[in-house]
Amino acid sequence: MPKLTIADLQKIKEKYKADFTLREGGYTVKIIVHMGTCGIAAGARNIMTAVMEEIAKVNRNDIIVTTSGCAGLCAKEPLATVELANQPPVRYSDLTDEKIREIFREHVLGGKPVEKYALVTGCETTY
Amino acid sequence: MEKVRSHLMLCAGTGCVASGTAKVKTALEQELAKKGLAEEIKIVLTGCNGYCAEGPVMAVYPEEIFYQKVTPEEVPMLVEEHFLKGRPYQKLMFREPEKKAAIPGMKDIPFFKHQVLRVLRNKGLIDPEKIEEYIARDGYQAAAKALTEMTPEEIIKTVKDSGLRGRGGAGFSTGLKWEFASKVPSEIKFMLCNGDEGDPGAFMDRSVMEADPHSVIEGMVIGARAIGAHHGYIYVRAEYPLAVKRLRMAIDQATEAGLLGKNILGSGFDFELDIYLGAGAFVCGEETALMRSIEGKRGMPRPRPPFPAVKGLWDKPSVLNNVETLAQIAPIILNGSAWYRSLGTEKSAGTKVFALTGAVNNVGLVEVPMGIPLRTIIYDIGGGIKKGKKFKSVQLGGPSGGCIPEHLLDIPVTYEDIVATGAIVGSGGMVVMDDGTCMVGTAKFFLEFTADESCGKCTPCRVGTKILLDMLTDITEGKGKESDIATLEDLSRDIITTSLCGLGQTAPNPVLSTLRYFKHEYESHIHQKWCRAGVCRNLTTFWIDEKLCKACGACLRACPSKAVVGEKKVPHKIIQELCVHCRTCFDTCKFNSIRILPAGFDGDPNEFLAKTAVGAKEEK
Repeated sequence: MPKLTIADLQKIKEKYKADFTLREGGYTVKIIVHMGTCGIAAGARNIMTAVMEEIAKVNRNDIIVTTSGCAGLCAKEPLATVELANQPPVRYSDLTDEKIREIFREHVLGGKPVEKYALVTGCETTY
Repeated sequence: MEKVRSHLMLCAGTGCVASGTAKVKTALEQELAKKGLAEEIKIVLTGCNGYCAEGPVMAVYPEEIFYQKVTPEEVPMLVEEHFLKGRPYQKLMFREPEKKAAIPGMKDIPFFKHQVLRVLRNKGLIDPEKIEEYIARDGYQAAAKALTEMTPEEIIKTVKDSGLRGRGGAGFSTGLKWEFASKVPSEIKFMLCNGDEGDPGAFMDRSVMEADPHSVIEGMVIGARAIGAHHGYIYVRAEYPLAVKRLRMAIDQATEAGLLGKNILGSGFDFELDIYLGAGAFVCGEETALMRSIEGKRGMPRPRPPFPAVKGLWDKPSVLNNVETLAQIAPIILNGSAWYRSLGTEKSAGTKVFALTGAVNNVGLVEVPMGIPLRTIIYDIGGGIKKGKKFKSVQLGGPSGGCIPEHLLDIPVTYEDIVATGAIVGSGGMVVMDDGTCMVGTAKFFLEFTADESCGKCTPCRVGTKILLDMLTDITEGKGKESDIATLEDLSRDIITTSLCGLGQTAPNPVLSTLRYFKHEYESHIHQKWCRAGVCRNLTTFWIDEKLCKACGACLRACPSKAVVGEKKVPHKIIQELCVHCRTCFDTCKFNSIRILPAGFDGDPNEFLAKTAVGAKEEK
């Protein structure tokens, strides 16, 4: 490591921000991929991978991804829920790789829920 | 850039490592790889999390789920349930003792909820072996501020105004100490750190050095700047291998990054830091003895004055601060003295770390605002006494401290209030004792320690502690004399007033404080040959109350010397000739039917017990 300057301290802090957003909170978007047995069988794993790739592409520190169990709608899996700060969560169903990437662009980044894929707004629990 | 969605903060403090952190880590790595999660879930090894009793512990972020007693065998289920399917794995989650429901979040667990973290601000949150993670949590920002924006006088004023007092035990104002050393003109000065933690049951400093070594280094850089020192040592005992390893690593990283060495952060200030390993002598925690030890001489104290601020290491002006004190410095510089004073009391500002051990349900490391009642620490954070037993006493301050009884549990934890009880805050060891503890035996335990650790330089300490120990041993063996109590008191005061250093000056405290609150125990040991707690083997007769005995056979099976006789539905009896007085039957009995009577008791037990019951007037 080269000798640091005071400006470098700040840069390191910025660089690690994503890690500490995870550990300390302060995120603005939470994407939940439902990964019960039904979800996994329907391809939730690919949905998760797609989400992770999209986040890596935009290099945003304030988006977190978590998994949750079966949402009770096994026929409509894979499901994912997008929660933007101060907005009701939106649950999407029958997802595919393309659909989730579109949702990511429109809803997560653009702030507009993608109505054609949306199943419900609001949620019985937001884990 | 790889996106990581979850961090598993696996504790790698000494306690959890001993409970199997390494195996759990390997199992986690294998299992995550197997499930294809290795890229998106990151394992971070942290320093001591504080909840040592239930290790290995692991906190999962962002959900803040807390797992305890994680074993390699449980890992496959844990990974599948939580990390793949997102269902927190109930089986390993924290449960409040006596309650069934699992509590998921760290913020809901009473042990964590009541704590306020300043010294331990990074505990369980950063990887102590990565300087970047420390920097990411505002690390070295305070050093930058102190070196480039503040004069040494301003640094000293801030620390002085904060009210920070030495956390090693004596509680002297840190700012004043720095001011004294800063005013002594000298080309060469030393900034030293005391990591020679030695009180039985205390592990605060070890945890800080392990979990957040850079916080100590940063405090030292700021202190060095304040007093004008360019060289420093961290004195740490060799029995702390993990702390030594992490400190070494941290010093190397900081030196490479230009945060130690020449021209720190381009400020023109130089400070070089080294580690000195102590061999574990308790007296080397005393400042003058510690400095002699670094000089390569036998660690023995010398009279003060001159104080180290004038003539310290190699006769140069030196400041020695405790690990925890130094870890408080960076936040004080960053946030100001008023912020620090916002917690604690007028004379005892800020927070203090305690090592909570003994007969409490939640053993571990806790940081609380000063002024909090002892009861809150023991009952809310500590979760009360183990196995539903009765509280008897809490020992504060290690071998220099004293035992505090139940009726004083509501006093606030401040330097002055604790001293008024006869104990001291000390470095923060807090040993909770239940009613199965003999207080004479407790005093004896601490005297064994100090008599052994006395360096021998001054007679009152060398000989005095030995005489105290011999008398206590006699009392616990049934050879106590009528005059013993008065002699113990007189001799204790003599040792306190005539010893050279803090070791001797405080060594009799455990005797005096137990005499103060538990004199009746000394008296029943001496007069009635009766150890009510059933600890001193020569001073007990175990007797089964046949009216209460359910004839369950538990004590019969547990007795190592086959002294209990009886069969199903026939109340049991103890054959006194065979009894080895080990108290196993007493601890085993679920129906509270076994009584502890004086040695060689001959008479009506019921009548005797009624007469001597708690609340009844004691026979003189």
